[in-house]
Amino acid sequence: MASSLRSFLRTGKNVVLVLGRRSFHRSSPAAAQVTVRDALNQAMDEELERDERVFLMGEEVAQYDGAYKVSRGLWKKYGDKRIIDTPISEMGFAGIAVGSAMAGLRPICEFMTFNFSMQAIDQVINSAAKTYYMSAGLQAVPIVFREPNGASAGVAAQHSQCFAAWYAHCPGLKVVSPWNSEDARGLLKSAIRDDNPVVFLENELMYGVPFEMSEESQSKDFTIPIGKAKVERQGSHVTLVSHSRFVGHCLDAAAVLAKEGIECEVINLRTIRPMDVDSIEASVMKTNHLVTVEGGWPQFGVGAEICARVMEGPAFNYLDAPVTRVTGVDIPMPYAKTLEEHSLPQVKDIIFSVKKTLNV
Amino acid sequence: MKTMMSIISSALCRMTGRNAGAQSVPELLSDLSEYVSLTSPPAPPALAQTQKQPENPAPVSARGSTEQLASVQTDQPERPERAARVVVARSFTDFTPQMTFDIKKCDLHRLEEGPPLKAELTREQGLQYYRTMQTVRRMELKADQLYKQKIIRGFCHLYDGQEACAAGIEAAINLSDHLITAYRAHGYTYTRGVSVKEILAELTGRKGGVAKGKGGSMHMYAPHFYGGNGIVGAQVPLGAGIALACRYQGNNQLCVTLYGDGAANQGQIFETFNMAALWKLPCIFICENNKYGMGTSVERAAASTDYYKRGDFIPGLRVDGMDVLCVREAAKFAADHCRAGKGPIVMELQTYRYHGHSMSDPGVSYRTREEIQEVRSKSDPISMLKERMLANNMASAEEFKEIDIAIRKEVEEAAQFATSDPEPPLDELCNHIFHNEPPLEVRGTNPWSKLKSVS
Repeated sequence: MASSLRSFLRTGKNVVLVLGRRSFHRSSPAAAQVTVRDALNQAMDEELERDERVFLMGEEVAQYDGAYKVSRGLWKKYGDKRIIDTPISEMGFAGIAVGSAMAGLRPICEFMTFNFSMQAIDQVINSAAKTYYMSAGLQAVPIVFREPNGASAGVAAQHSQCFAAWYAHCPGLKVVSPWNSEDARGLLKSAIRDDNPVVFLENELMYGVPFEMSEESQSKDFTIPIGKAKVERQGSHVTLVSHSRFVGHCLDAAAVLAKEGIECEVINLRTIRPMDVDSIEASVMKTNHLVTVEGGWPQFGVGAEICARVMEGPAFNYLDAPVTRVTGVDIPMPYAKTLEEHSLPQVKDIIFSVKKTLNV
Repeated sequence: MKTMMSIISSALCRMTGRNAGAQSVPELLSDLSEYVSLTSPPAPPALAQTQKQPENPAPVSARGSTEQLASVQTDQPERPERAARVVVARSFTDFTPQMTFDIKKCDLHRLEEGPPLKAELTREQGLQYYRTMQTVRRMELKADQLYKQKIIRGFCHLYDGQEACAAGIEAAINLSDHLITAYRAHGYTYTRGVSVKEILAELTGRKGGVAKGKGGSMHMYAPHFYGGNGIVGAQVPLGAGIALACRYQGNNQLCVTLYGDGAANQGQIFETFNMAALWKLPCIFICENNKYGMGTSVERAAASTDYYKRGDFIPGLRVDGMDVLCVREAAKFAADHCRAGKGPIVMELQTYRYHGHSMSDPGVSYRTREEIQEVRSKSDPISMLKERMLANNMASAEEFKEIDIAIRKEVEEAAQFATSDPEPPLDELCNHIFHNEPPLEVRGTNPWSKLKSVS
């Protein structure tokens, strides 16, 4: 019952919104069920309160409460000055956000989804990421670009691309990809407090998923360091490395495999750039097998980078088999439900890949 | 001591109407002596000799204090008569201290009235604008020379011909205001306060450059100066963002955002116009129309070449960009407009560049040499100012010559520095990736090369 409910939740159906709805302006109880959406909302609320210079701008972030309701209630609380609705001009307002960061503010810039960030990618890379280096340290750009990344449900090819690899390719950027509520809250607070441009990859299907959050993780100064991965599950036979929504898939696969006596160690990357290769290597040196799991396309992707890094480091000598990458299918995302389901890694794909890697 | 100095220097600013106060004791003394010479009978030559001279003749401030003029004297001891005469000449009452000039009327868009048709110019201001423009001119020509000697490489977009724009704008705003421009940025880098030395050293890629040699021609920065931007048009939304920060912080500052006639057709500029007008951002959008976007003339690039009207719902004015007074009055008008909370304004400066688009462009395949010559002879901004001042006895030909000599020397010394200063050391390679970050490791060209990066 519990596991089918969990799988039901993980498919991200919107019915889940009913669960975990809590008012977020009161002090939190000890441990609580908090959805990823609410965790992000609270994090922004607290950072807006903490620092006058922080503000949010993007399409529909104010009066609409956010296209995905992530900024619900913020405009009512902070007003027009700090929560700014923009026209549909991604390149324009991305540049405006970057300019405001150069002049002393700390903007959070929302494009609605990362697919639209392509309109503005020049401002993210050339104006934000490279400036501190080009100016030899004279001009910092403390900005956060946050919105959903990757596939949603039924939104087809132009709205389903994963940009983790694209942004993580560029020096000068930090690229962060939270999975659960604790990740979302802690990493967003770190991103906002960071003095550098941070690309914050959320996932629409995770917004409504509730997770248990400890009291400590609900405190106002709870931050998660950018650049550190987390071992979500200890194991000894194989290392599964993933980020964002697919961490959940890995944990589900691990639960199934455990029944067959295969203990998977699941690593939640949390940050794509700078990647915590040390954690991956330490795990591989223990388990001798590595499987990477991601939603993005295979070529030149996150898994490809992990393979290269492991090969270049000490962990290579501990591998008993080549690294396996589980990725999205190398096609634009189709619309039809069955086709869409088969375009992304499913739990059974992970199980299959683990068994092939272990040669069982 | 410092408080005393700032009290005296701000008092002097109020009295003389200068924007920037003295930064050091020598400057303060020179300001004081200037004030004295302005308001009292001719000072005896002895006063000139006892003025303290700084070791380095080039001050950081672009306001160009009278130190530069005075410093010439110490270097030419064999002509004390000439030296004494020049210094004392400043206090002669037969130089016209101030004149009012007629300036060209600006074409207006959505404005009831425009900048005034007359501009006042004091002797000091005239000499200062001359000095600024001549310094930019000589600096750019020196860059041309260094590029041909292959000491400067890559991109080098020269500003000679357009000096009146940079000088006029800076004369109209405060150093506390903000400015951002595109890649033809050396002139603005200077007027915003970076020394010729640091600019040339950045062009030659040395560690003494303003960006330690890591930025190059298009990426120079200073307080309240945001470059130098390589992507055409990208600086316009950035400028509006800076203006948003000004309004957000309530500091009554504004942002001057420059772009060229080529960039004027960029989509992001229209996106920016929309948001700037919507949110009433204190932003002066300035189109420096030098008639050519690289090799494409304005008629071949734009369906409408009335760049001052392209802001549509944003008021605009078209200004003679070769006349520093015209530019100054228009920029003042625009600044007042912004500071009054009326929102953004567009200015088109009609100007001209003598060089090609960049050093790899001779500049004659898409325009005629005759055209370039004609502008040089009829509308050169520096000549125009000089002739105005000479015709009205605001300064002497010798004074201008002395200024030229001093500037030539400054530029020569800067070039010397720029060619002899070492390149940044290899351990600088990976620094400045992140701000306020503990040191991190950066992969080199091969897996065994692990480089260090500090903030």
